[in-house]
Amino acid sequence: MKKKKWKRSDSGLTLLSLPTLMWYLAFCYLPMFGIVIAFKQYRLIPGKGFIYSLFMGGKWIGFENFRFLFLNPQMAMVVRNTLFYNILFLIIDTLLPVALAILLSYLYSEQQKGIFQTVSMLPHFLSWVIVSYLLFAFLSTDRGLLNSLIVRSGGTAVKWYQEPSVWPRILLITHTWKAYGYAIVMYSAYITAIDPTLYDSALVDGASVWQRVRYITLPLLRPVIIVLLLLNLGHILNTDFGLFYQVTRNSGSILSATETIDVYIYKALLEQTNYGYSAAASLLQNGIGCFLLLASNYIVKKIDPEEGIL
Amino acid sequence: MKHRNLSRSWHLVKPGTNALLSVMFALLGLLTFLPVLLVIIISFSSDSSIAENGYSFFPSSWSLDAYRYVWKSIDYIGHSFLLSIVVMVLGTLLSLWLISTMAYVLSRRDFKLKKIYTALILIPMFFGGGLAASYVVNTQLFGLKNSIFALLLPPACSSWYIIIMRTYFRKNIPVELYDAAEMDGAGPVRIFFRIVLPLSKPILITVGLFQAFAYWNSWYYAMLYISPNHKELYPLQYVLYSIQRNIEFMATNENISGAVVMELPAETFRMAMVALTIAPILVTYPFFRKFFVKGILTGAIKE
Repeated sequence: MKKKKWKRSDSGLTLLSLPTLMWYLAFCYLPMFGIVIAFKQYRLIPGKGFIYSLFMGGKWIGFENFRFLFLNPQMAMVVRNTLFYNILFLIIDTLLPVALAILLSYLYSEQQKGIFQTVSMLPHFLSWVIVSYLLFAFLSTDRGLLNSLIVRSGGTAVKWYQEPSVWPRILLITHTWKAYGYAIVMYSAYITAIDPTLYDSALVDGASVWQRVRYITLPLLRPVIIVLLLLNLGHILNTDFGLFYQVTRNSGSILSATETIDVYIYKALLEQTNYGYSAAASLLQNGIGCFLLLASNYIVKKIDPEEGIL
Repeated sequence: MKHRNLSRSWHLVKPGTNALLSVMFALLGLLTFLPVLLVIIISFSSDSSIAENGYSFFPSSWSLDAYRYVWKSIDYIGHSFLLSIVVMVLGTLLSLWLISTMAYVLSRRDFKLKKIYTALILIPMFFGGGLAASYVVNTQLFGLKNSIFALLLPPACSSWYIIIMRTYFRKNIPVELYDAAEMDGAGPVRIFFRIVLPLSKPILITVGLFQAFAYWNSWYYAMLYISPNHKELYPLQYVLYSIQRNIEFMATNENISGAVVMELPAETFRMAMVALTIAPILVTYPFFRKFFVKGILTGAIKE
């Protein structure tokens, strides 16, 4: 194969791409070198600059940071929480929106569909700080709506932000509330794209609603569902920091039920200023995540060559 | 046509089923909106009503005290509102610039560096340096600590949007158009501004809206990079975060405390701030819904 020659238009295109290229170098690729922090006791040497400090300053300690993480019982809890919530969310995020999108497709009125989609997608556009306030209106110990209802019906008020056992449910509801509308809109698009004549011929054959869903809609949605599941599997160690830090108000007494890897990484860095632990945990999360993502992407491609990220 | 507003499902289920579904989705929609409604109602409740009954959908008395207090501290709140808007506008423009140029470059099949560039864009989707590494690079190398650029730069670009936009360019702009323009002596930069951008308004608006909302909602970068002695750089979302931690934030803020004699209605004030922060979203979002739906679909369905 002959090599293409460098053309004038290539220079123009390179020029056009320079700012974005610089952004990628600065905010994606330079931090990748920063990973060496995971293998040393990093500190900034005053007057020597960052690059010098990064490689020359601090002691190289090999895998000491990782050893600490593996021996730390808190880390086991954090990983357990991360996996627990992600698997739970994976199941709910698939079942609920698919079911609701199918039901929604049976509504007569397009206007009603539109209104429901608009309202259900709204939470997606609210920040976690806002969501944290919305939840507080329900969960506040002395003013919250939930406790008002409990007290009025003869119960005793619950200190929600100090009760670990209720948080898996609260986080599941909050997460679902924020995410389900967006997923419905997406699945609705796939359902609308299904060839209507399939339903018509099934109708002629006397198929019931359930049979049409079971033998037409679901099989046609299956590839999409599998692809999304697999891609999400690649993110099984990543959690939404806002949900687990902001919505829980970083309350200390419920950490056993709410602390995930991302919260740990943040706290190790900014509350304990331990760069090493934070970087080591990030590297583990990223390394395993990268492997899982590539693996799931590979499987997705096997199933359907058109899909996948790469 | 009698059934113009009806979907094609009208002959698939019985009217009774349809009625049942209508009610179900109406209730579900209401349930989804209730938390937002509650916060708005609280912001208009009187402090005494809340002291008496707690937060409630049906306060015993209404009051505008919270908003009066917001008005009194408008110097500071107005400032952070303005900062949020400036960050949103500048950030969105910057985003669109970075994303659209790269998307266009990648969409040109004849570009010599296409393969290297594609790899460069894709790798960060799989692997990153992590928070600690980004943090030391941004603070110690770039000096972003307590700088407005810390709010603008890190979230400005996204591989995901680049890929979506690249796909759009490839699908909607015929190669013949490039060839013809080049015959006329137009370079790639000129083609980008004269042909590609004007033909791509829908995708620019969609990505722009997503980024604008993301900037408006952003609190994370302020939490990481803006320290408490630089309150003038707090965007609205982060002010909200701060008064959640500590309502004294308002009372001890030197920009306000001197001017405000009124007693702080702590409970309702917080919720009034929440209502004011989501008001722009509530007002504009329904009009933009079509673009958001289109954005979700472009992201969902690869073509």
